[in-house]
Amino acid sequence: MGETLATTASLEEVIQDDGPPEPAILCQGLRKSFGSTHAVRGVDLQIHRGECYGLLGPNGAGKTTTVEILEGLQEPDEGRVRILGMEWGRDGRAIRRRLGIQLQEAQLTERLQVEEAIRLFRSFYPSGPQVEDLLDQVQLQDKRSTYVRDLSGGQRQRLSVACALAGAPDILFLDEPTTGLDPQSRRALWDIIEEFQDSGGTILLTTHFMDEAERLADRVGIMDHGRILVEGPPTQLIRTLGGAHIVEFQPSRRMELRELRRLPGVENVRTRGELYLITCEELHLTLPALVEQTREQEIRMLSLTTHRATLDDVFLARTGRQLRDE
Amino acid sequence: MMSSWPGPAGSYGMSDPGALRQLTVTRVRVMLREPEIIFWVFAFPIFLAMGLGLAFSDPTPDVLVVGVEAGSEAERYLAHMPARDELRFQILPADETVDALRRGEVALVLSGDDGAVTFLFDPTRADGRTARALADGALQEAGGGTRPVTVRSQEVEQQGHRYIDWLIPGIIGFNLMSTGLWGVGFYVTQSRQNLQLKRLVATPMPRGYFLLAQILARFFFLIGEVPLLVLFAWLAFDVQLEGSPVALAVVVLVGAACFSGLGLLACSRARTTEGVSGIINVIIMPMVVLSGVFFSPTRFPDALQPLIQILPLTALNNALRKVYNDGLPLSATLGDLALLLVWTLLAFFMALRFFRWK
Repeated sequence: MGETLATTASLEEVIQDDGPPEPAILCQGLRKSFGSTHAVRGVDLQIHRGECYGLLGPNGAGKTTTVEILEGLQEPDEGRVRILGMEWGRDGRAIRRRLGIQLQEAQLTERLQVEEAIRLFRSFYPSGPQVEDLLDQVQLQDKRSTYVRDLSGGQRQRLSVACALAGAPDILFLDEPTTGLDPQSRRALWDIIEEFQDSGGTILLTTHFMDEAERLADRVGIMDHGRILVEGPPTQLIRTLGGAHIVEFQPSRRMELRELRRLPGVENVRTRGELYLITCEELHLTLPALVEQTREQEIRMLSLTTHRATLDDVFLARTGRQLRDE
Repeated sequence: MMSSWPGPAGSYGMSDPGALRQLTVTRVRVMLREPEIIFWVFAFPIFLAMGLGLAFSDPTPDVLVVGVEAGSEAERYLAHMPARDELRFQILPADETVDALRRGEVALVLSGDDGAVTFLFDPTRADGRTARALADGALQEAGGGTRPVTVRSQEVEQQGHRYIDWLIPGIIGFNLMSTGLWGVGFYVTQSRQNLQLKRLVATPMPRGYFLLAQILARFFFLIGEVPLLVLFAWLAFDVQLEGSPVALAVVVLVGAACFSGLGLLACSRARTTEGVSGIINVIIMPMVVLSGVFFSPTRFPDALQPLIQILPLTALNNALRKVYNDGLPLSATLGDLALLLVWTLLAFFMALRFFRWK
């Protein structure tokens, strides 16, 4: 269901290729069920070294299960995983030393101070930055003696990322790192993530925020019902909608889709309930024409908004649902 | 700026031994920051000792109970003894006299044969000396006064035969068991339940270190836990540590390791703190009853004895009492310590084998 924009070579092909180094993350045919719930239904991924890959989708799409399989925290029912050319069953410890993991729900000990928590995690890795540098990295120097339970949501997440960075990882896994954070905290966290990216690190990020994916990810995969529906760089995915802008309006009575498609600059027209969505390349041509047409037909506009096309629109176009409905 | 990450693979040799130290220190810190746990570890055993000590060691009873060994020389005089308000005689089977004295049920035991009456008493107990003087008077009166009744005094050979002397090592054993099981079992299950454990498992932390750290952290708390109780028992009830403090320390360490190990085993599969509470209670309750915390396990039928004797708390209490009450050297406890070590290793490796990390 759904073609992937990036071509996915078979696992063997990729491994046998002795040119460039093996991808940071490679998996093929992942499946995982919990009882009668099919959480992951055939996921293939190939994430290159130094790439930031965003796994997008609504809650329950299977993102966390997929990521936890890649992190070696869950076993797939089917499928193969290779991390930095190694496999979980054989090289578990060696892989762990090169991963930094931030889990969605997992907690740090409440009665530990920030610096103590970082020191604990640093002690698990044979090499990595100094505790002082990590505190500096996530800007928690003046919170070093604060108990974890007294931190704000944003500070907790930054601490969580600091613990993930404690072993100077090659790959950083971030599972919904900014969910529940205020805009300022989100931006602070993005800065930290981008810094890791700039220094050449590989990132696998899950999120249900499209703006987050658009800002951070080099490539995104949109996931729903345990499958990756489409995959590609954010701009490229948005371009598949056929236009850079979306005009969303609710007319007082039904309109002919055919007529709307004939308006200047229109790439695509869809409806969603009472709403009409027009995708267009040049808003300054399409919008006046639309307003003119409704006036001629004596149709009133109950609502009218426009926005630049986003990954939200890509998801909507693919599934007919909005990302954050759930 | 960070130049050290995301560094090249570099050398990944042995994991930092600092990890075990950090895990242990973390456990100690978290515990010290939980006031309610401090109460259960340090204050509760002292309250227990205080309550039981006061209940069983009233220094000036109005009526002194004197045990009379059935069938002994003393029993012949019983009928002729004058009634005294402050003395009450109680006939005891021969094999129960010493226990009755130890438990403070009687202040003095009269026995003897071949025309002589023997006074058996504890010289450290004031009521024992008083009872001896009173009983001697009554006995001479019963004898008719013409020819004095021959009496022999026999001090109970070992010191510390009061109930409180016997109780204190039992409370130490009980405390090592309950803090070991609860301290380790409850905390680890809580870490699993709120996904702290999952976060640790996502690192290259050696898993055995996490389990070992729980046991090492327990050792740290013993430094306060046991001396405090020993000091309290000495100040409040004049309970003497007859053996060497070093021998006591060794027994305590082995006991603590054993019950921390059992704590790990108890929580190895539990998903919730409610679940582990049930398991811990099932482990603790039978041993509280059977293993001689509050009364001697010899009271149970012979058929139960083989079971009772292999229980870890029985072994620990035996070893503690040998050192604490009987003043025996460590070598006398080797059998008990060996049994405890078997339990420890069994528990630790079974826990490591069956532990639910995720």
